[in-house]
Amino acid sequence: MSKIDKEKVKEVAYLARLELTEKEVEKFQGELSDILGYVETIQKVDTKDVEPTAQVTGLTDVWRVDKKSPSNLSRDEILANTPEKQDGYIKVKPVLE
Amino acid sequence: MIRLNSTIKELSEKLQKKEVTPSEVLNTYITQTKKVNPKIKAFLNISEKEAKTEAAKAKVGKSKLSGIPVGIKDVILTRGIETTAASKMLSGYIPLENATVVERLKKAGAVIIGKNNCDAWAHGSSTENSDFEPTKNPWDITRVPGGSSGGSAAAVAAREVPYAIGTDTGGSIRQPAGFCGVVGLKPTYGLVSRYGLIAMASSLDCPGPITRTVYDSAIVLDVIAGADDKDSTSKAAVRKDYFKDIKKGVKGLKIGIPKEYFGEGLDPEVGKAVMVVADELRKAGAEIIDVSLPNTEYGIATYYVIQPAEVSSNLGRYDGIKYGHSARESKNLINHYFKSRSEGFGDEAKRRIMLGTFVLSAGYYDAYYEQAMKVRTLIKEDFEKAFTQCDVILAPTSPTTAFKFGEHTKDPLSMYLEDAYTVNMNLAGVPAISIPCGFSEKNLPIGMQLVGPHFAEDMLFRAGHAYEEITKDADWRKKEPRIS
Repeated sequence: MSKIDKEKVKEVAYLARLELTEKEVEKFQGELSDILGYVETIQKVDTKDVEPTAQVTGLTDVWRVDKKSPSNLSRDEILANTPEKQDGYIKVKPVLE
Repeated sequence: MIRLNSTIKELSEKLQKKEVTPSEVLNTYITQTKKVNPKIKAFLNISEKEAKTEAAKAKVGKSKLSGIPVGIKDVILTRGIETTAASKMLSGYIPLENATVVERLKKAGAVIIGKNNCDAWAHGSSTENSDFEPTKNPWDITRVPGGSSGGSAAAVAAREVPYAIGTDTGGSIRQPAGFCGVVGLKPTYGLVSRYGLIAMASSLDCPGPITRTVYDSAIVLDVIAGADDKDSTSKAAVRKDYFKDIKKGVKGLKIGIPKEYFGEGLDPEVGKAVMVVADELRKAGAEIIDVSLPNTEYGIATYYVIQPAEVSSNLGRYDGIKYGHSARESKNLINHYFKSRSEGFGDEAKRRIMLGTFVLSAGYYDAYYEQAMKVRTLIKEDFEKAFTQCDVILAPTSPTTAFKFGEHTKDPLSMYLEDAYTVNMNLAGVPAISIPCGFSEKNLPIGMQLVGPHFAEDMLFRAGHAYEEITKDADWRKKEPRIS
């Protein structure tokens, strides 16, 4: 049985802001179903009373002083990798048409 | 006269005795790189000009790395030198600053030769996912070098550099080191700062060295390890003296053999080679005991929930606006996101982003992500229990030796399973070092790994160095790849 159908693939792709062709939807549906079918084996594990681990070396909150420090980069340098810019600003496509 | 297969230790001694200069060392390796790179493709770019400047001003004696060339995996930021993560998305990207690892190497006088190829975004086990071109295994160019740090491992094996820096999220330093016959260290999570890595999975990523010897691995770790204000997860870092006990030998050490790493799927040739290591260590005075890591079989499944979840989040920043690939003709903002991301990401990145988005989405979170984080706890506890019985664990690095190009590309899941013996150490955050331990009948390197408790890199170096000393006259150690 497929773990994920074509509609779900399209939904997930939409959430992740990926545009897929019909052919890609088909390909990923098969591949993602195989992978999800495999990873489901973790659901067999008894994890009653087990705490989840997100951080392995036992750190909890790590604080730093909330202090500003100057950047030694100029505005031009910071924008050097920006594809579209104008007058020292990043240029963005229209949000509303 | 500089032998291309010199260790860092040897080069450093030659430099300090003024037998050679940093510029001569650099020229030797640049010449070799230019000669073999068209065939091996271990480097995406060679920063010759910058390297020459660095070599000319390197202060010999400042550190053991001073004046010695290094290759840097392309997921690690290098100021002024194109860094792409081997992805089309970041083609042409010039970082404004150095990763902390790079900063520390440069302060120590290291000379960066260039950026090593890898699977795009470090997603893969073969470098076949590089958006540019795959790297070839120097021992057999019809085979993969492993991945994702395949370019770094191949560069060291092909004698293009004495050492390189890779990253290991699920085996990406150790598996290619094993496939290429070099030493690869995945340090304890947080021991080496992640600042300036192009993040893959932030709770798992560990930068580390790929070297010719265990001793060299200690030399490099000594320079790059330690807490960094720019990476809050490095705050737990415990730096040790990595040389104090390195020559102490294995007498009295308890070495655990986990039966779960010697079962189905293991190439008998690999298993046999690792058992020979156990025997040699026993003869040298180590006590070999059986240990069990019962949740090993859930490693890949757990990893393929947690890792893509973090990947989908980390790759969310690529919007085609601030930096990276930007679609040419898009109607509006949302359309621009869709177009830029779909054009800029390759198939494997898309697969992982979707997988991660799925396991984190409403209705699936508990069954996948939450459950995976709980199994992660059990995997971590397996190691903690095992280390109450032994000092170090010995296991194969990978189930097989280097495979052929195309062998796993049709079936992504089969590629994922290649990391069966390496992902658990990332999930548990423990350090592990892959060390060459012989060759297969097809003349392919075999790797074994030593695993220790958190921040016990000193113990791994001690056991690993002892093994290298025991086998230093073995015939297989004299082999060198023939790159024609």
